[in-house]
Amino acid sequence: MGALDLSFFTWDLVTGYLLKGFVFSIYLTLIAMSGGILFGTVLALMRLSGRRWLVYPAAGYVNTMRSIPLVMVILWFFLLIPFVIGRPLGAEWSAVITFTAFECAFYSEIMRAGIQSVALGQAAAGSALGLTYGQTMRLIVLPQAFRNMLPVLLTQTIVLVQDTSLVYAIGAYDLLKGFETAGKNFNRPVEAYLAAALLYFVICYALSYSVKRLHTRIAVVR
Amino acid sequence: MIEISNVSKWYGSFRVLHDCTTRIEKGEVLVVCGPSGSGKSTLIKCVNGLEPYQQGGIVVEGISVGAIGTDLPKLRSRLGMVFQNFELFPHLSVMENLTLAQVKVLGRAPAEARDKGLKLLERVGLKEQAAKYPAQLSGGQQQRVAIARALAMDPIAMLFDEPTSALDPEMINEVLDVMVRLAKEGMTMMVVTHEMGFARKVANRVIFMDGGEIIEDAPTEDFFGKPRSERAVQFLSKILRH
Ligand SMILES: Nc1ncnc2c1ncn2[C@@H]1O[C@H](COP(=O)(O)OP(=O)(O)O)[C@@H](O)[C@H]1O
Ligand SMILES: [Mg+2]
Repeated sequence: MGALDLSFFTWDLVTGYLLKGFVFSIYLTLIAMSGGILFGTVLALMRLSGRRWLVYPAAGYVNTMRSIPLVMVILWFFLLIPFVIGRPLGAEWSAVITFTAFECAFYSEIMRAGIQSVALGQAAAGSALGLTYGQTMRLIVLPQAFRNMLPVLLTQTIVLVQDTSLVYAIGAYDLLKGFETAGKNFNRPVEAYLAAALLYFVICYALSYSVKRLHTRIAVVR
Repeated sequence: MIEISNVSKWYGSFRVLHDCTTRIEKGEVLVVCGPSGSGKSTLIKCVNGLEPYQQGGIVVEGISVGAIGTDLPKLRSRLGMVFQNFELFPHLSVMENLTLAQVKVLGRAPAEARDKGLKLLERVGLKEQAAKYPAQLSGGQQQRVAIARALAMDPIAMLFDEPTSALDPEMINEVLDVMVRLAKEGMTMMVVTHEMGFARKVANRVIFMDGGEIIEDAPTEDFFGKPRSERAVQFLSKILRH
């Protein structure tokens, strides 16, 4: 193998191949994160509700998702959905839905721990003021649970950023796909994959660093 | 105003409350004392329905607490409650602690709620702390904010569950002073406490609990003058020594 040749990295390459993939990866991460936290919180509340008809479905869902490799969920959903809705769903849409559905299982475990980390007395104080159960959760318990768990939620998001590259399985055009395509077209696959790895590293490292900063700041506030 | 009749409560097979009966008239102060684990917190939490009970009845201003269909949030909004560990909301400022339920439960306008909050903070001597967060206040200050938060709802009665027992000794009086003033202004109060000085000063009646039972229920002078039960005598001699 010859020396690395990075001369094909030009602005045109960025706009022509990489930007679209980068934007999709970010988009997928953001949707899967916000949707995952939202639905994850709902699942966590169901599991903590103490009502069997809510606890069992939620627990079953979470445990199932957590025991299947993500790449299989991505594939199955993509392959099965045409049979269910009668027409294929684009790889991008399919990825967005799959990731949200998968990640919410993981975020729900984090939110469950977060809710349990808020002292019972807080909910009692909310109720004692006349707030309903829903208001107590929304205004008193969840904000504190969220704040307590922010570093862990972000850590899960770092995993999510890396996992988004698995959409290669269904051919969605993400960050990795952008580099791969460029590498193929310019016949420089090694350089392209190296550059992709570097970019994933930079993104995740920056996120980890902010998690660390956040940790110390939250520790100070408490 | 508050009538507790033959209330019993079980945790599984363990009977926490045993046939408890007492009443509090409007403007009265009832002090509840008794050893740890005797069911005092459980009883006071039954009054605003934070804990369910299985037998007997509690009626607050004509509303039966345990009845099916009782609007418990509404009932609770009319009964102020102060906890041993303050339970201020740590993610909200002092002012937000005071206005949250006024706005969300009573439907007051934010400006009106703030005015009310400021007045009450002034009343408990903490007007300058409005913008701070609970963690920035001392325990005594936090408990005074908690009292102000409960008063902001214009309650018909106040429930206190050992409001001073989590405080450093030097902060107990600032909280008791607020409570004494409240009692003298005619607030109806049920107070779980071991502060017998406070009981002597403002209580109309004192009840003594042990093992989930109300053993002694007497006007204050009688309670300190001639407690009838052996257990109450023992308990008093223990806590009055400190
Ligand atoms: N959630 C609970 N489950 C089971 N037992 C409880 C629970 N809460 C309180 N108890 C028991 O009920 C008894 C009365 O408790 P409590 O009302 O807190 O007493 P006090 O306030 O007088 O110290 C204690 O023996 C306590 O262990
Ligand atoms: Mg207690």
